[in-house]
Amino acid sequence: MVEHGDIRVVHRGGSKINFREPVLSHDSRLLLCASGECVKVFSSSTEECVHDLQGHTDLVTGVLLNPSNHLQAYSCSADGTVRLWDFTDGILIKVQLHCHHVSVQPLSVSVFSLLMCMCVTLTRLLSSSQGEYIASAKGLHLEVYFFKKQKFSLKEDNKKGAKNTFTCLSCHPKDDCIATGHEDGKIRLWRNFNHKREYTYSTLHWHHSAVSSVRFTPEGTNLLSGGVESVLVQWRYNQETQKDFLPRLGAAITHIAVSPDGELFCTAHSDNKLTVIQSCVKVSAVIQGLVKGESVRTDLMVDPRSKALVLNGKPGHLQFYSLQRDKQLYNLDIVQQEYIHESGLQQFEVVKAAFDTRGNWLATVEERKQKDSTLELNLKLWAYDEQTQSFVLNTTVSGPHEARITAMCFCHTADSQTTMLVSASQDGHFKAWQLESNHYFYEGPFWSCDFVGAYHSLVPECCCFSADGSLLAISFQEVVTVWSPASWELLTTLSQPPGAIRDLCFGRQSCSKYLLGTTAKNLLCCWNLLTCTLEWSTSMDVSLLLSDPLSENMAAFCSHAGCTDLFVFKPSEPRPLFSHKAICSGKVTRAVFAPREEMLESCEESSQWLNRSQLYFLTQYMVNIPLVIDDSVAVTPFYLLLGKHRQQQQEKQDRSFSAERNQLPQGSVAIKELLHTPAHVLPSASFLCSMFVRSLLISEKKSEEEEMESDKEEESECEMEASTMGQGQTAEAQETAAPALTKAQARELRRVKKLDHSWLSSLLDS
Amino acid sequence: MGEFKVHRVRFFDYMPSAIRAMAFNSRTERLALSRADGALEVFNFADSYFQEKVIPGQDGRAVEALCWVRGRLFSAGLNGEITEYDLENLRPKYTMEAYGGPVWTICSNSQGTHLAIGCEDGTVKIFEVLEETIRFQRNLDRQKGRIISLSWHPSGALIAAGMMDMIKVFNAESGHATHRLLVERGVGASKSREVVVWSVAFLSDHTIISGDSAGKVQVWDGVTGTLVRTHLVTKWDVLALSDESSLLAGTSEGTVVQFQFISSTVDQHDKEWVRTRTFKNHTHDVRALAHTDTAVVSGGMDTQLVVRPLLEKVEKNTQESALRKIAFPHRSLVSCGKKAGMLLFQFHGHLELWRLGESDGHGKPGDSLPVKRKPEKLIQLKRKGDDHICCSALSPCGGWLAYSTISSVRLYRLQYNGSNISITKVAKLPKVLRSAHQLCFSSDSSKLFASTTHSSVIIIALSQSECKYLHTLRPKSGTRQPVHLMSASEDGKWLATANSDCEIHVYSLHKLKLHCTVPVYSSCPTAMAIHPTTSNLVMVHADQQIFEYSLVQKEYTEWSRKLQKQGLHHLWLARDTPITHLTFNPRNPAHIIMHDTYMFCIIDQNLICKTFQVRSLFGVKLQTMAYHMEHLLCVSLLEDHSLVVVERPLLDIASQLPAPVRQKKFAT
Repeated sequence: MVEHGDIRVVHRGGSKINFREPVLSHDSRLLLCASGECVKVFSSSTEECVHDLQGHTDLVTGVLLNPSNHLQAYSCSADGTVRLWDFTDGILIKVQLHCHHVSVQPLSVSVFSLLMCMCVTLTRLLSSSQGEYIASAKGLHLEVYFFKKQKFSLKEDNKKGAKNTFTCLSCHPKDDCIATGHEDGKIRLWRNFNHKREYTYSTLHWHHSAVSSVRFTPEGTNLLSGGVESVLVQWRYNQETQKDFLPRLGAAITHIAVSPDGELFCTAHSDNKLTVIQSCVKVSAVIQGLVKGESVRTDLMVDPRSKALVLNGKPGHLQFYSLQRDKQLYNLDIVQQEYIHESGLQQFEVVKAAFDTRGNWLATVEERKQKDSTLELNLKLWAYDEQTQSFVLNTTVSGPHEARITAMCFCHTADSQTTMLVSASQDGHFKAWQLESNHYFYEGPFWSCDFVGAYHSLVPECCCFSADGSLLAISFQEVVTVWSPASWELLTTLSQPPGAIRDLCFGRQSCSKYLLGTTAKNLLCCWNLLTCTLEWSTSMDVSLLLSDPLSENMAAFCSHAGCTDLFVFKPSEPRPLFSHKAICSGKVTRAVFAPREEMLESCEESSQWLNRSQLYFLTQYMVNIPLVIDDSVAVTPFYLLLGKHRQQQQEKQDRSFSAERNQLPQGSVAIKELLHTPAHVLPSASFLCSMFVRSLLISEKKSEEEEMESDKEEESECEMEASTMGQGQTAEAQETAAPALTKAQARELRRVKKLDHSWLSSLLDS
Repeated sequence: MGEFKVHRVRFFDYMPSAIRAMAFNSRTERLALSRADGALEVFNFADSYFQEKVIPGQDGRAVEALCWVRGRLFSAGLNGEITEYDLENLRPKYTMEAYGGPVWTICSNSQGTHLAIGCEDGTVKIFEVLEETIRFQRNLDRQKGRIISLSWHPSGALIAAGMMDMIKVFNAESGHATHRLLVERGVGASKSREVVVWSVAFLSDHTIISGDSAGKVQVWDGVTGTLVRTHLVTKWDVLALSDESSLLAGTSEGTVVQFQFISSTVDQHDKEWVRTRTFKNHTHDVRALAHTDTAVVSGGMDTQLVVRPLLEKVEKNTQESALRKIAFPHRSLVSCGKKAGMLLFQFHGHLELWRLGESDGHGKPGDSLPVKRKPEKLIQLKRKGDDHICCSALSPCGGWLAYSTISSVRLYRLQYNGSNISITKVAKLPKVLRSAHQLCFSSDSSKLFASTTHSSVIIIALSQSECKYLHTLRPKSGTRQPVHLMSASEDGKWLATANSDCEIHVYSLHKLKLHCTVPVYSSCPTAMAIHPTTSNLVMVHADQQIFEYSLVQKEYTEWSRKLQKQGLHHLWLARDTPITHLTFNPRNPAHIIMHDTYMFCIIDQNLICKTFQVRSLFGVKLQTMAYHMEHLLCVSLLEDHSLVVVERPLLDIASQLPAPVRQKKFAT
């Protein structure tokens, strides 16, 4: 275990950004949203993620602007802390553990979402203007608590049934008016609620299903509401018959936020999307996270061209998701049919997808199963169009098989002219599809069926091409058949009962003579195709087996007792390259090797397998986040250059994940300090520039320098409370700067920093 | 309980007419209501919304507006006349021509000294209210275009008048217009059409609120004459406005919108008019509105009077807080010839005489029997003259028929031999019989009782050859109120009358004099009958209380006292329509059959007396009997012990109404 210490699982994103209401900064330029265990800061104009505010150790459950300082924001988390951030620079300012800001807490942990009027609460608690009451809604009750008078509550219980249940509420910024949304789509504006009996309300009704969010604009002139209709409705306050609509937002609205200056609105959608809307009700930016439907039915794939992760996202779409930037690149509409928002309606869904080696072709399978009708299946083949840089539908095969398609793969030959697709189905056949270039009727190439194969009327389950494309292995329950795609000849059958084959995989590169399979009876088998014999087999419950396309390595996920273990091995070697017990809790459902952009030169044996690609997997992780993409990262450039002494410390420590997360790789303290200090408190760039340039030239003293700096670390620790907390700085900058500073320069730099820092800390404490 | 053969009668196609105007007198808690056929109804809101008085209409008299001046009721209509009503004799007292063409509106100042009317020719005429009559005082400045709506400022110095496209404010003293408020027209296609200001309200803080045909409710500052706020309430017309500290607007979509004068923030005092609730209780135009202290009262084209309590003003979950819909009159329009098996239906313009169908089948309880002979309409009798029928009666033997309008009483002799029917008018009626509020035949059909002014009853003896005036019975109390209930005993000994003062007088027909007066109860009796064997008078009041009074002992019976001591079941008390008819079961003297609009029930006096199980009894009755009957107009027992049930489903009435304004409905 100890030798693999540098390989760890990190959470790479894809977490919900629509979990809580997003927050727009005072100048409408930045957008903050809770995303898993961190707070993401997006630019509202460019849609880019500016910072990740990391530090919470559990789900972040709320973000609020600091009313007294518009450059700061509070965040609260299920770990029980409230943190104050400088979100423009991404610096943690303060951590409060269950302190007097209790008011933020119910916002986070309550089960029935005791919704607070944020504006009123915080203005009351943190400043002394306005803010005379809190309103909260739960079930069929609306309660209003006044601060000045004694606590007073107003209850409206309507016995007519659950349809009147409150779903959301918002307070008018100036008038004493509370808007509440209801289950049946009505919005009620409550007034006069300071009287016990004479409270009154008016009703607005446009939504046909539950209103999920209502929000007043800061001036109180408009009321925004949204629901499952995916239409943002803007009501004029006091002229409610006039309303504006922003339709076709794509998915149900879950939250609405308004910037303090009223310039921008932001809606969070159920498909993990944030839409930034200008106050003239025009969409200006869309921030799309990883869409997670009820289940990921396609395999995880990597688009060979864009290196994006591909999986099904919105209903009937494939999403292309950038792993590096944690951002959805685009959606490909596969089904090309209008999605109808109605419960219980069966619609076409993408169930299988496959790319060919070069990313020229994409094959998709969509199916719809209605209750009393036969299965509808469509196989679609998409060609990559260089001009539009996207996939264009080439061939649609309706009803390619009579039953559900179980597996589909492209032939992996890199050089051959003909491309081949094999699909296996529950109807007992597998079909080979080939691109035909000429036909008297159609223009251009199209796909047609080349061969239909079967084996003893058994159902084919998995299929796999060898690396050179000369062999095709198809498993028929317990039997593995090997075919020659050139002549469609059954070459051999391999059988290792008991248990039906669950996964089938050819070895790559030097191990291409091996074929690996897992069976339902907890057996991992490796056949040698030259001898057609079983090379070795071992008993393990492999839930997922996959091969790295760029190396001969294979990864196997074994699940037992609620945990999943990861083994990485070469088929030719009996000893696994890497093993990790309990890599995560729950079952790993999907995984993929994604090629790295730049190859790493790692010397460590155990981490060599990650030099060319990274392993991503999807799991059932937490209750709140059902799917999380984790990254098993070995070595980052940051680690290589700065993290050496860190590694030694790490090895001594307990290897729990939470501990790992808290430990920060530290290099030169001075540099770190420099890099973490906000730009506006630093000396001018011209002052620092010469220092930097000079330091880049000198490189012989590097090793001594590093030691000295690590020695000095202790003495400077106390001054750095604030700055050490911040992270998320670019590693590249440190990479170049770390070895460069001379002692004298570092001291000078620290002096400058110290000066500024005291000023900064005094500011923070005030 | 007993089993009955039931005639379910659905061929009485009674059609109430649309509600046109309404006026609420908050001092006496009376609501006056006028219908499209010119009839006037007075409801007593203090007494369970009982329909106290009905003044029948008249051809050619359409009441466009109503107005209370203290206890006096005035109306104005498109026939150009102002009418004051005699609420004691249930007839118009006098009519006065206004000489301004059709009158659209009438309005009194809060002091009750003057009436203002708005005429077609553009004049606002001021009338002085005198002791007995009204007198024309002067015209305000004449305008171009008709005056649709009027409202006095509470001080009485200013009048706001709604016209076509504008509102004018007049100084009531000088008669000159002080402000001219232009009302914006609708958008789009309706831009070219004139906007009609259907109603205005002048509030004491000089705020003018108007409702117009473009669907707007506008708030104006009456001092400066500027528009403060526009609320677009509907796509169609805002037809009625009613104000207090909260204001109501009725629309032609059938909704009533409430506006309230509310301060926008808790601690501040600057209030504004805010649209709050919307009530949708009507399918058609809301033509009339009234705002009582605790409720919203609305009526319109769909003929129903709806009382919607404001929940913040009443106790929750009480009888008061329930929504009431008054769809049928609180008196019987059906009289039943018990011996002949005939029914007489009263419409405002004619009478229909039907013979019931026959069936010889025997079946299990709950079965419907095959009809051997179909019911048959024997006579349709048109009234003479302009006045509408106010009451009618059929003798139990089916040989006599009488009806009355406010100007005359007519009596007819019917001869029916199974196939042919002949009707002859009795020519010479006694002179005394000029008009009647109630008509009633004695059980042996030998006498006709007609109630006239001051609650007196005229007795006329009927025979084949002639009809002769016998006597006039007068109550000793000296009341001036009209009789609304009359009941003769089966044995011909007693006659009981009830009037709007809640007095019940019992006369001995042998001695032809007042026998006794039942102690006055605070609520008006809605149904009463004299028991055929015990001679006890059973009365049901508007507040659903039941009393039994022994005529022999001249005191409440033991059963009645016990019932009062015990109290009635809350389900019984929660019913919202009064008992309109009660009879006795001759087979079982202890059974009383009662009905209201939604249910009929049989009350077993023994059961209540012996076991004291009022609660369970009423509970069961209300549940078991109510479900398959709907909207009963009459339940009566024939001589052959079969039960006649006259039903008029509301759905049938709704289907005969004109189509409402078309509204887009979601998902259609």
